[in-house]
Amino acid sequence: MSVFADLVGQDEAVETLQTSAAAAARIIAGDSANSGAMTHAWIFTGPPGSGRSVAARAFAAALQCATGTGCGHCHGCHTTLTGTHADVRLVVPEGLSIGVGEMRALVLRAGSAPSGGRWQIVIIEDADRLTEAAGNALLKAVEEPPPRTVFLLCTPSTHPDDISVTIRSRCRVVPLRQPAADAVATVLVRRDGVAPDVAAWAAAAAQGHVGRAKRLATDAQARARREAVLAVPRRLTGVGAAFDAASAFIEAAEAEAADANTESDATERADLERALGAGGTGRGAAGAIRGAAGQLKDLERRQKSRATRAQRDALDRALVDLAGFYRDVLTKGVGAPVAPVHNDVLPMAEAAAQKWTPEATLRRLEAVLACRTAIDANVKPRIAVEAMMLTLWRG
Amino acid sequence: MCDVSTPPPALLLVQGDEEFLAGRAINQAVESARAAAPDADVREYEAGSLAAGEVAEMLSPSLFGGRRVLVLRAGQDARKDLVTALLAYAKNPDPDVLLIVGHAGGAKGKAFADGLKSAGATVVPAMKLKGHRDRVAFVRDEFRRAGGRGDEAAAEALLAAVGNDLRELSAACSQLIADTDGTITAATVSRYYRGRAEVSGFTVADAAMVGDVPGALEALRWALHVGVDPVPIADALADGVRTVARVASAGRGSAYQLASTLGMPAWKIERAQRQARGWQADGLVDAMQAAAECNAAVKGGSDDRGYALERAVTAVAAARRSGGAR
Repeated sequence: MSVFADLVGQDEAVETLQTSAAAAARIIAGDSANSGAMTHAWIFTGPPGSGRSVAARAFAAALQCATGTGCGHCHGCHTTLTGTHADVRLVVPEGLSIGVGEMRALVLRAGSAPSGGRWQIVIIEDADRLTEAAGNALLKAVEEPPPRTVFLLCTPSTHPDDISVTIRSRCRVVPLRQPAADAVATVLVRRDGVAPDVAAWAAAAAQGHVGRAKRLATDAQARARREAVLAVPRRLTGVGAAFDAASAFIEAAEAEAADANTESDATERADLERALGAGGTGRGAAGAIRGAAGQLKDLERRQKSRATRAQRDALDRALVDLAGFYRDVLTKGVGAPVAPVHNDVLPMAEAAAQKWTPEATLRRLEAVLACRTAIDANVKPRIAVEAMMLTLWRG
Repeated sequence: MCDVSTPPPALLLVQGDEEFLAGRAINQAVESARAAAPDADVREYEAGSLAAGEVAEMLSPSLFGGRRVLVLRAGQDARKDLVTALLAYAKNPDPDVLLIVGHAGGAKGKAFADGLKSAGATVVPAMKLKGHRDRVAFVRDEFRRAGGRGDEAAAEALLAAVGNDLRELSAACSQLIADTDGTITAATVSRYYRGRAEVSGFTVADAAMVGDVPGALEALRWALHVGVDPVPIADALADGVRTVARVASAGRGSAYQLASTLGMPAWKIERAQRQARGWQADGLVDAMQAAAECNAAVKGGSDDRGYALERAVTAVAAARRSGGAR
């Protein structure tokens, strides 16, 4: 099966990437005819969950593929997709940003010739998290790339807020679109073995986010969290209830983030301590761990950044679900012939559409979206969510 | 405290961690000893660096007689043998020697302090002043000590203007008495002192929540002037709105009953209940939105953070007046 099979509903992008992979294979073979189809830097853009990083990985696999098409079976394809290929470097930021130090080290490594004889590939997931200095460090490499090095960047859009214009102008853009719900449902059934009716519901509820659809279809906790979020509009009966709902909202996000990270935090710390000589006996063992406080502090800092991000991501998912509900109310209210996001709470949305004017619904929807922007702008999540809940209550 | 007229005791224990009060008590005792015997021999030591042998020499009777004063600072740091030597001496003190021991009053070296007390040492407390009332009482005491009089309003005004540092307060008190006829009122204080030393985001939020725009803006300007960061001020503003909204929506009831359901201390609830008068639900929504916008503005969303705060303060106060824009 081709490496592009998991790229759901992106036919045009897949065609472009396949043509380029073929051209890349010709370059390696020494045939430079029509080599313009291949270039050294790419940006994959698209809404969250549309498969930006899937596309980047698939393209990397196709470039490393022995047949040059991305067969999915050869050694190159296989190792790239599992993340063990020696010439594919993957940057997946866990924290809030990608720092300049990390990027400089990466650029240095990217300058070396590919050990496998094909391409040296750097994939930067979430390139919108590059700091300004890190972006400039990357820009130098993208400006004058070594002949066999390829940069694959993933960002939500090519807006200057996401990626600097100077980098964008040196890259080829592959736009991905939000995949249709039935395409997502199909891939859930085919790849993950989900029952068709569950897949259809999850695909609609996830609003085109493939990963989230899979999570909803397979993870009971994720479903419970979504239900709690969708129960919020009904709970808003007054000012006090709005504050209680905000508290519950924040605490759920904190708990979700803690679930995701607590275990790995402890393991990482124990690993680092052992590597630095903690728990050792004999001469010098005590001295070795004494000098390690700085490194442990550094680890704590990284873990804190990761926790903050996990919390924000969890909040963002909840807010997207909530926005989907108000969208449903609005579409019901104005009688728009579009498929609802949350099929299972449709009666509630219809009841709300009867009660609220479209203007009030729109104000509520805007409040949810404003809350997302505010949290992104570093407003204290509690304050942003409280302000949102109060507006949701009043309309 | 030690008075000049009464004969000085042989043992004096100054117990407490307020450096200023302790220092003053020690100095006063030394002064009164000097007044009684001008040729007194005064020696000062840090207890941590004093050996038992040295103190034995100091405390033993002198060949030439004469009064002697031994000041031992930081008595909690005294080593064991020194403590033993001093406690043995304390049981049978030399009437010609005044032994003054400073002690921080904590758990460290507690046995030493207790030993001195049971040996009959005069104890002068010099603990740090905890509450606002203590400080007001201190300031009024200071006025009296400097030979004047001051009412409570004057003490409050001076505390607001000078801050909580006792050294500065004491200096300000004696200066005020020296400059005036000895009767201090709030008007006197405001003639000599302008501005506020201790102002936090909560001062701003409290004023804004009761709709006192001039007071809130003044407090805000002072807070920014004395270097309070805008971010905690914005947080305090949001906290003020949140507290009032939650307390107001919890309905009537005693603060102590509400404390457990709302998860807030009772004093905070009582204050919020007072502030909640005049607020309506719609106004609270507007106020919370203003607070949230302000939070974004002070974190880089706005060019002028001071202006963003001023706008938020006026918006919160306006939300209270109008009871909601719509």
